[in-house]
Amino acid sequence: MNYPFLPDRASDFADKMDPVFYILLGLTVLFTVLVLSFIFVLALRYRRGQNVNRKNPRHHNALLEMTWSVIPLILGLGVFVMAAIPYASVYHPPKNAIEIFVVGKRWMWHIQHANGARENNTLHIPVGKPIQLTMISQDVNHGFYVPAFRVKRDALPGRYNTMWFTPTKIGKFHLFCTEYCGTNHSEMIGSVYVQSPMDYAAWLANAGQEVEARHQSLETLGEVLYTQLACGTCHDKDGLGRGPTLTSLYGSKVMKKDGTSTIADDTYIRNSIFNPSDDIAAGYQQVMPSYKDQLTEEQILQVIAYIKSLNGSPPGARHLPNPGMSGTTGQKKSTGHGSISAPTQPAAAKTAEPSQQKKSGVDTMAPTDTLTAPKEATTAGKRI
Amino acid sequence: MSIQQAPAPDTYVKQESEPVKNYLNAEHTVASWLLTKDHKRIAVLYLISITFFFIIGGVAASLIRAELTSPHGRLFTNDSYNKLFSAHGIIMVFFFLVPSIPATIGNFIIPLMIGAKDLAFPRLNLLSWYLYTIAGGIALTAMIMGGVDTGWTFYTPYSSVYSNGQVVMTLIAVFIAGFSSIATGINFIVTIHKMRAPGLTWFRLPLFIWAHYATSVIIVLGTPVVAITLALVAVERVFPIGIFNPAQGGDPILFQHMFWFYSHPAVYIMILPSMGIISEVIANGSRKRIFGYELVAFSSLAIAGFGFLVWGHHMFVTGESVYLAMVFSLISFLVAVPSAIKVFNWTATIYKGNVTLHAPMMYALGFIGLFTIGGLTGLFLASLAVDVHLNMTYFVVAHFHYVMVGGAIFGFMAGLHFWWPKITGRLYNELWAKIAAGIIFLGFNLTFFPQFVLGYLGMPRRYHYYPPEFQAWNILSTAGASVLGVGYLIPAVYLSLSLIYGKKASANPWNAVGLEWQTASPPPTENFEDIPIVTWEAYDYTMLPDVESDLDYSSLENEGSVSGVPAGGVK
Repeated sequence: MNYPFLPDRASDFADKMDPVFYILLGLTVLFTVLVLSFIFVLALRYRRGQNVNRKNPRHHNALLEMTWSVIPLILGLGVFVMAAIPYASVYHPPKNAIEIFVVGKRWMWHIQHANGARENNTLHIPVGKPIQLTMISQDVNHGFYVPAFRVKRDALPGRYNTMWFTPTKIGKFHLFCTEYCGTNHSEMIGSVYVQSPMDYAAWLANAGQEVEARHQSLETLGEVLYTQLACGTCHDKDGLGRGPTLTSLYGSKVMKKDGTSTIADDTYIRNSIFNPSDDIAAGYQQVMPSYKDQLTEEQILQVIAYIKSLNGSPPGARHLPNPGMSGTTGQKKSTGHGSISAPTQPAAAKTAEPSQQKKSGVDTMAPTDTLTAPKEATTAGKRI
Repeated sequence: MSIQQAPAPDTYVKQESEPVKNYLNAEHTVASWLLTKDHKRIAVLYLISITFFFIIGGVAASLIRAELTSPHGRLFTNDSYNKLFSAHGIIMVFFFLVPSIPATIGNFIIPLMIGAKDLAFPRLNLLSWYLYTIAGGIALTAMIMGGVDTGWTFYTPYSSVYSNGQVVMTLIAVFIAGFSSIATGINFIVTIHKMRAPGLTWFRLPLFIWAHYATSVIIVLGTPVVAITLALVAVERVFPIGIFNPAQGGDPILFQHMFWFYSHPAVYIMILPSMGIISEVIANGSRKRIFGYELVAFSSLAIAGFGFLVWGHHMFVTGESVYLAMVFSLISFLVAVPSAIKVFNWTATIYKGNVTLHAPMMYALGFIGLFTIGGLTGLFLASLAVDVHLNMTYFVVAHFHYVMVGGAIFGFMAGLHFWWPKITGRLYNELWAKIAAGIIFLGFNLTFFPQFVLGYLGMPRRYHYYPPEFQAWNILSTAGASVLGVGYLIPAVYLSLSLIYGKKASANPWNAVGLEWQTASPPPTENFEDIPIVTWEAYDYTMLPDVESDLDYSSLENEGSVSGVPAGGVK
């Protein structure tokens, strides 16, 4: 068995972060050795009984004390800046990033690719391409962590978080859950497969062989849900229904009844489906029921993908985000910001039955449930 | 020699017919202990209680380390393992570390150090111990009734909705323990303000007092926040009110903000009193005034102040605002400065000192080394990009054990040994104490240093299944924990034995300055026959003759030669 001393380094973020780590390591070793040697030498030299000069002991020295206050301060500020720059870049994914959706639930990682390929506890990505992960949790807090990439972000219930990185090395790497999530937390582990672009393309086209994949894109799946749930009864194409139209909604500015406005991003749309009374569009009445108990987090992502496609792109065409599409570019930005600002969900949801909140969602990992009509049985998991 | 003798410190000379009354032999009934208002007796009660909880937390730690020798989790089920690390964290943090130094050594020594007859509110002090005991009892009951699996951090919505352990009962226990802390904190603040002996100005105070003052401010300002936060978790769990659960309109991140607003400063509640002890011990071990007294005193206050503004560094990967993260990171770096000042000033104190490497001094020097490593590795976690990788891994576990065990417990051991003769009136076996200090130092490093490597490799905390390539480091860590366990057992033995067989201590066995050494060991119930008047600066070792301490044992032959500080001053 091989017991490594250093972890794999397999992403651009790791290349940016490791130097800061080693600078800190160097400073730590330097100061520790310095302090320990001083203690050792001084304690021996001035031991009781040693015949050394103890005349004129000093009890303070402003210059000396200033020196050893300012030097750590300057070094600290330097490290702060070096570490802050790569961190801030995580908040700005490049426009050509491949977007993949991650749903954490006790105790597995569920991954959806844009073309509808789905996998559990594995993630297949191509080397050398920026990858953007948009993640959410169906139950408690989870943490998505790939040590070889040095990246980690919490998958939280009720809000989307994003992170991005570019894998630089082909191989298989550990995927861990780092936010404690209950009984099987330490079994919520998986593998990230970084593949050559050719292998990745083959995997993506053919994903059904090794994972539960669907050859239907997220938009198509979302459209099926849209039809099944009869969303179009109110949200019709021309805006003549009881609710506002969803055409060209994504990424646009929505005027709300209370006079404020917001950008219709992933978080906004998700919240409007789960908690419709939170934000009511100007000119409309609050008549929509909550779909909280009828849609899983995966299905919500599919519905959002469909709503995005209503901005003009034909369903199924959007395998990779297209910078030319206003909706998609808007989505890039707003998702990034969505991870910053929490969706505030005030009073509206208070009416929810507490018993309904205690679902674990463990049963929803069956891959077929997102295609069929929402069934209570699929979500009414037992409370673990 | 112009030094007066301490007033009949003990009954070493056997022909004296009647033993001198002290706080231990003043009364012997059980009620006289359980209803005592004497801060010294309450400190002893606290010492017994926290030792009990330390043993329970330590047993949990041993089981955790035993489990981690295998990557397949062979000893415990998932639930049992989760309950074990939760029990370890909850007991060690809330029932050992937070009260450890303030409620025992602080409680005993603060009034003696400032020349007071007791704390300002003796009844509140007793109430504090009862609250602590009740809270501890509830926490143990919760453990026996099934325990909790939330971790000591109680993150929502897991704790408030999903966990099915004894969450509410445990929350109530921590809630009550919080009030015991608050009572102690208020008591210290008022005592330090109002009950200093005549002449004992703020800048004549020992640094131990400054450290406890800063600690008390944190306790009084921070603890109510965590109390209300945990109460809200219980409310959400019991009633259909959404506070932290997003499915009910709550915000799980709100909990983390509120929790860390207390729980990061709580780290300073644990480490600042320890730093106070280190200042006392280094000054005595070097027989010299602490270098840069004022700066060391103010750095305690600076740590307390900055400590309230860094909680967000626990949340860099939650997706908090990038600007917020930068502010929290920057302030976290600023906290390093007062900590560094302390380390450098302690080191400089040794220069031109007259160094005795007695057991407390060994612990104190060990503290400086381990705290330096613990503090510097904290900077890794304050650095934004680096924290993204290390957050929630064993690197964090190693870091905070260097601060909590290498810092707080080494300080506690230094203080316990330093004031043991004062508390019990007995001398412990110095040779065994030095051996134990060495074993604890080695065992500690062997336990926790491999965890830094594990963390950088990416092993998440709270895992009992892990990839097999991490096994070697885990076995090394467990081996270290065994050494550490032996290291803790040795003091338990020789300190207990000293109560019966230990030589009687004089009033001032370390030949130290400080008002607590002017009164007998153990002190009389009222501490001082006459309230002393202070005319000298802190740590003025120039006014003491350079004699050997009691612990060289030769001096015991002519007991009277070791003496207290003159009440009137020598200069």
